[in-house]
Amino acid sequence: MRDKRCSEEDVVAELQSGMTIGIGGWGSRRKPMSLVRAIVRSRLGDLTIVSYGGPDVGLLCAAGKVRKVVLAFVSLDSIPLEPHYRAARQAGSVSEEPWDEGLFLLGLQAAAWRVPFLPSRVGLGSDLMRLNPRLGTVRSPFDDGEELVAAPALTLDVALCHLNVSDAGGNAAFLGPDLYFDDLFLRAAARRWLSVERVVPTEDLLAAAGTEQRMRINRSMVDGVVERPGAAHFTSCVPEYERDESFQQRYAASARTPEDWARFRADWVDVSEDEYQDRRAAVAARS
Amino acid sequence: MSGSDHLERASRAEVCVVAIAECFRGDGEILANPIGTIPMIGGRLARATFEPDLMMTDGEAALVANDEAFDFSAGKVIEAYNPYRAMFDVVWSGRRHVIMSGSQIDAYGNHNFAAVGADWGRPKVQLLGFRGAPGNTIQNATSYWIPNHSRQTFVERVDVVTGVGWDRAAALGDRATRYFGLRRVVTNLCVMDFGGADHRLRLISVHYGVTEDEVRAATGFELPAVDEIAETRQPDANELFLIREVIDPLGLREREVPDPA
Repeated sequence: MRDKRCSEEDVVAELQSGMTIGIGGWGSRRKPMSLVRAIVRSRLGDLTIVSYGGPDVGLLCAAGKVRKVVLAFVSLDSIPLEPHYRAARQAGSVSEEPWDEGLFLLGLQAAAWRVPFLPSRVGLGSDLMRLNPRLGTVRSPFDDGEELVAAPALTLDVALCHLNVSDAGGNAAFLGPDLYFDDLFLRAAARRWLSVERVVPTEDLLAAAGTEQRMRINRSMVDGVVERPGAAHFTSCVPEYERDESFQQRYAASARTPEDWARFRADWVDVSEDEYQDRRAAVAARS
Repeated sequence: MSGSDHLERASRAEVCVVAIAECFRGDGEILANPIGTIPMIGGRLARATFEPDLMMTDGEAALVANDEAFDFSAGKVIEAYNPYRAMFDVVWSGRRHVIMSGSQIDAYGNHNFAAVGADWGRPKVQLLGFRGAPGNTIQNATSYWIPNHSRQTFVERVDVVTGVGWDRAAALGDRATRYFGLRRVVTNLCVMDFGGADHRLRLISVHYGVTEDEVRAATGFELPAVDEIAETRQPDANELFLIREVIDPLGLREREVPDPA
């Protein structure tokens, strides 16, 4: 088994402008934020982001890295509407390809299974059919002859996910309440990277996971592993940490004016990940 | 709280809680999935009284038996694991009644919480997105909760159709209507169903202290009514006890709909 450990910078060096990047997690929960921050610091641009969106989408939009988003929603959970995403959309600087959140699952599943689409009733009658030109319809070849919505495969150039624990080869486990759709993002992508809270020897992985039912990511789904405690900050990564609500409020408030964003960016984005983690630990210690 | 307090008039929020609970009457053993503060209390109330077979989530990845709606510090009673992926299995099999909020709703129940404005490329106001509204409306029972009934919400025409209304479903025929079922719209002023001509919204009851004219003034389209508009049912003493002491002892309901009195 190969040792796939690497740094955020190593991952970004493998990415190119114009790529379609899928990001795991859900809303403001278990997002690979250290990788997102590294993209924001990079020269990359013109990206298409595919996500159950949270601050990953907002941060990348605020930094001007995004051409198009493919998603069913963007939310910070405790703050229902993502202010940076709203600003980008209302300025017309980012285009949105809308999906239903269940149809989106079918798109990822189709890509993972290498079929062009999966059928569903979801979307019938709604404006998804008008506003998402990639959605199609398909007629059942059986006696019912029913016309259904065809969810096209959401094939990804790259998937980035954050898991709680892995080994050096990329076998990984989620320890929180929900895997979300991380396995599908990884299976739908040509290149796949994880950040994790900690890397353990393979023989200790089951003990770290607690049960094999949480060991849902195997190493054939992963090209590289970034060991970074706190990588998902300020989103939640239970049981290691809950969402940092006060930091999230600070992030949301930085959408108010260009000056607020410039200050937030200087303090919390245009710094190395080591520096970021030191600073946020210092803030946490003061409060 | 002393026993005599239970005999006081219920607050507007408490009337809304009962109106939400009534949406689930007769639903049986399905997932009641009311989204929002008062809806979550109303779902709990229905299960604790007349609809005991309902299942409800903890807002995360479990179905829980707890009567309390928000504070699980005394411990969760988990009935089943229900991560997001399983939720789609529930929705698409139809064993669910969801109550969603909305930013715009028209007379047929077409619903929008994605964006306001005519230009999708540059919306005037970017909202949540389509979320699960297309799938919810086409695959399981759906009702709506609008805590601030106004002409901004009840509009002639929604800018984006996220949740499907009766007219659009009917136009597609059986493939769209087979599992479709918009039930009710509950607001801070009244309760409506889709019993009007061609399944249009219809006023069925107004909450204590609200007039029919007030509802019409806050609605941006013609709103028919049943022959005898009732006053929305008041909670009984047991329901008030459950709401105030068990389900929502912190009184979060009063923040979502402040009492006009």
